[in-house]
Amino acid sequence: MSGAHTDPLALTPELLLLLGAVAALLTGSFLPRARQWPARAVAALALAGSLTAAALQATGAERTVYAGTYALDGATHAARLIAPAAALAVLALSVERVRGDRREAEFSVLVLLGTLGSVVLAGASDLLVLAVAYLLASFPLYALAGWGRDARGAEAALKLYLLGTLLGITLLLGACVLYGLGGATDYAALAHALPSAPAAALAAGTVAVLGGLLFKVGAVPAHFWVPDAAAGASVPAAAFLTTVPKIGGFVALYRLLTAVPDAVADWRLPVAVLAVATMTLGNLAAFTQRDPLRLLGYSTVSQAGYLLMAVAVAGRPGSLRALLFYLAAYALTNLGAFAVAAALPGRTTLRSYAGAGRRHPWLTGALVVCLLGLVGTPPTAVFLGKLTVFAVSWDGGMAWLAVVAALNTVASLFYYLRWIAPAVGVSPGGDGGRGGDEGGDGDSGDRGDGGLGGTRPRRWAAGTALATAAGTLLLGAGAGAVLALLPAAVTR
Amino acid sequence: MLTLTVFAPLGVAALLLALPRASGRAVRTVWVATCAVELALVSAQWVSYDGSGIGHETDRPWIPGAGAGYHVGVDGLSLPLLALTAVVFLACSLHTPAGQRGLRRFAALFLALETTCLGLFAALDLILFFLFFDLSIVGMYFVIAGWGHGARAARSALTFFLYTFVGSLALLLGFIGLYAAATPHTFDITELTADPPLEGGGAAGPLVLLAIALGLAVKTPTVPFHTWLPPAHTDAPAAGSAVLAAVLLKMGTYGFVRIALPVLPQAWRTYALVFVVVGVVSALYGALVALAQTDFKRMVAYTSVNHMGYVLLALGAAGLVAGSDAQARSVAVTGAVVQMVSHGLITAALFLLAGILWERGGTYRMDAYGGLAARAPRFAALTALAAFASLGLPGLSGFVAEFQIFAGSLGSAPVPTAVALLGVLVTAGLFLWALQRLFLGPAGDRSAGVSDLRGAQWWSVAPLLGLSVAVGVAPRWLLDTVVPAARTTVELVSR
Repeated sequence: MSGAHTDPLALTPELLLLLGAVAALLTGSFLPRARQWPARAVAALALAGSLTAAALQATGAERTVYAGTYALDGATHAARLIAPAAALAVLALSVERVRGDRREAEFSVLVLLGTLGSVVLAGASDLLVLAVAYLLASFPLYALAGWGRDARGAEAALKLYLLGTLLGITLLLGACVLYGLGGATDYAALAHALPSAPAAALAAGTVAVLGGLLFKVGAVPAHFWVPDAAAGASVPAAAFLTTVPKIGGFVALYRLLTAVPDAVADWRLPVAVLAVATMTLGNLAAFTQRDPLRLLGYSTVSQAGYLLMAVAVAGRPGSLRALLFYLAAYALTNLGAFAVAAALPGRTTLRSYAGAGRRHPWLTGALVVCLLGLVGTPPTAVFLGKLTVFAVSWDGGMAWLAVVAALNTVASLFYYLRWIAPAVGVSPGGDGGRGGDEGGDGDSGDRGDGGLGGTRPRRWAAGTALATAAGTLLLGAGAGAVLALLPAAVTR
Repeated sequence: MLTLTVFAPLGVAALLLALPRASGRAVRTVWVATCAVELALVSAQWVSYDGSGIGHETDRPWIPGAGAGYHVGVDGLSLPLLALTAVVFLACSLHTPAGQRGLRRFAALFLALETTCLGLFAALDLILFFLFFDLSIVGMYFVIAGWGHGARAARSALTFFLYTFVGSLALLLGFIGLYAAATPHTFDITELTADPPLEGGGAAGPLVLLAIALGLAVKTPTVPFHTWLPPAHTDAPAAGSAVLAAVLLKMGTYGFVRIALPVLPQAWRTYALVFVVVGVVSALYGALVALAQTDFKRMVAYTSVNHMGYVLLALGAAGLVAGSDAQARSVAVTGAVVQMVSHGLITAALFLLAGILWERGGTYRMDAYGGLAARAPRFAALTALAAFASLGLPGLSGFVAEFQIFAGSLGSAPVPTAVALLGVLVTAGLFLWALQRLFLGPAGDRSAGVSDLRGAQWWSVAPLLGLSVAVGVAPRWLLDTVVPAARTTVELVSR
């Protein structure tokens, strides 16, 4: 592609996020501590503006800008739409949790910066931009993980920071190696030069860069921060940490690996093995969890495994479409599950969800839709994501991977049901649900419920849960139209 | 109109959920009326079906990017099952009293289940088929877990969910295999049938058949994948058991006829003997284990394994092309389809009767009862009729079905068919013995509570058995629809 593009308006969506972050920070510093909601409104406006700009630009020609370092193709457009939309949902579900907090405005700022990092990560078509985006996408997250300022949040932030820094260094190292081999940092030139590079060095460089990106997406072997962040950080921060970085991380993985010649360094099988390890480990570890948030944390690890399947067949027909659709479906569904947890802050164990179906029928309905969605039950969006991902891996010569993923899906059903069962009023081996289902016909209003009684669900979070649950069904039903819009390949 | 028929119950279910203040009586009226309208709609479509090919077809692009479409239609294989679904759901709605716990949600759940069942039998696209297949599992899980009785209902529901969900994923893998092998990639059943992929030999065909057969065998269920069935049935509410046995099990066998035989003909012919053997083993094992039961409902549940075994025997025999004529094989497939309908009618009746027994006596143990014939003559008469129909007495639907299965299979698989005949003998013995324990002899300690059938309960069971008699005495109206479709299936499998 031509290197002369220096069109400043090309990055309007990204610039809007950055300006929004600055504006929110300034707004927050000038407002009284008890009334900081305008900062959040500014952030939401910036996200909405970024979404609008991205939607307007999405019809433009596919190209790269700034001397081939940043791709404006279907994949970037999709990330520009999915990440800010997910961030908006996080802001909505965070309203009650952050309201009145000393650092209310900072939360919105960090969310905007993290979203910006994720989007730039997705668009980076150059190793140096990738490295910068990695840092931009990581630092706000460290702060976000520790935003709650409690011991568990501090542990989450520390773990995230140590792992992020370590793997950030390997990413830089790998970038150096690849630069040395290819004599360039932009992917177009690398794709041209790397086929003649020595295989061992190429493999080493690729693995080192992959390390950093696997950290971003929360995949094995860089997944250790995920469960701690999910359970230790505040719920809205956890929702953000387990959703938005994955969007940029997976697109970046895909973009990078299509530039690495698999004939010289066969990265497909290792990525497939990582996919298997990620989904299996995530599922097995989720089995015994009692804390719904920790369970969700491990569930996001296993979801990263399914997403890696599409990366393992990167470059083959349909794989990019499947990856982007799964990302959108996953973001929506995962945020829905976190939103339910955010709406019912009093329920901190799976067992404490007993009776939720009676007291909050709609919210429990949203939970069931989202959890069954994460399993991959039709007609939710993740089912179609799984279907397309399974189909492209089968088509791409990795039928065994689809078989393993199907087996993992079965295993995952078990722990999602451990959450669904008490919520809808049945618990395995318990009283057979007799009590649980009675009286749900009437208004379940304000009857006492074992200490949790008076707590009404948080309204914004509950609204987000219902909206995302409806969204996952709509995205499933409208999958045909969405898939048709998604791009077939990345642009270099 | 087919689309309306499929989705109308779902719409009514949503309506019921949106009206929290509706009284039990009103809910029940709406439920029964919806089921009656559904039956009328299905009947209208049967009457207006012209008897060849696919009727009432709708084919719209749904997810063109993934090769899936919204493709529904009816033919001689699906119409009898659609009608069976409508009849059984109507019987269940009549059977459920207005005082049922959580009636509004119960009715909504059953109406949603009716949509999934009708949708599955009308689906002509693999993804659509899978969608309804999976949703039926979810719906039935909530029925068993929410309204089951017994301390282990939740566990039984979980077992049911896990088993059938594993099966459904195997099914999905098989579907993806078919999709990947077809050129152009498609999930459309009619296109796959017209030009079956994986015909060139190699390992892919048998593996895909294995995945699909595994998924369907769990649902059917056949030995050795049947272990979820008895607990699920024992703990499910009566109406849930009736739907599970009468309609949901048919999804497995229907999948064989609709997908496995026509889309994978070569693999089916190669491995037909495996299915014959599995069918015979299921038939015999189901009968023998049923014989050993002391629990009436469990016994009926195991006879389902037995009866579904016959279906698989017939379908396997239809694949043994060498040394048999097409006429006999089409008789076997006809028998299999009639058996699905007949078993649906009879088992639904038996499970509803078992539910009445539980409601009056509080237990399914047969030795707690006795002498019920004098105390509850109408109940005894209906149970006896259902039992005779189930054991294959001439003049009832079971005979028409099993006679055709055995007559059609004997030519191509003489030894297995002869062995399977022993299953009929055992079934006859166990039903007669059960009738004797329940209805004759001195009264048991729970007999006192069992009063005779009343109004709606009579009307929920009697029509099912009336239809069974109608099929048994005058099967032409059913066979005229089934036979051409069965002949087509046999032609497809022997190409």
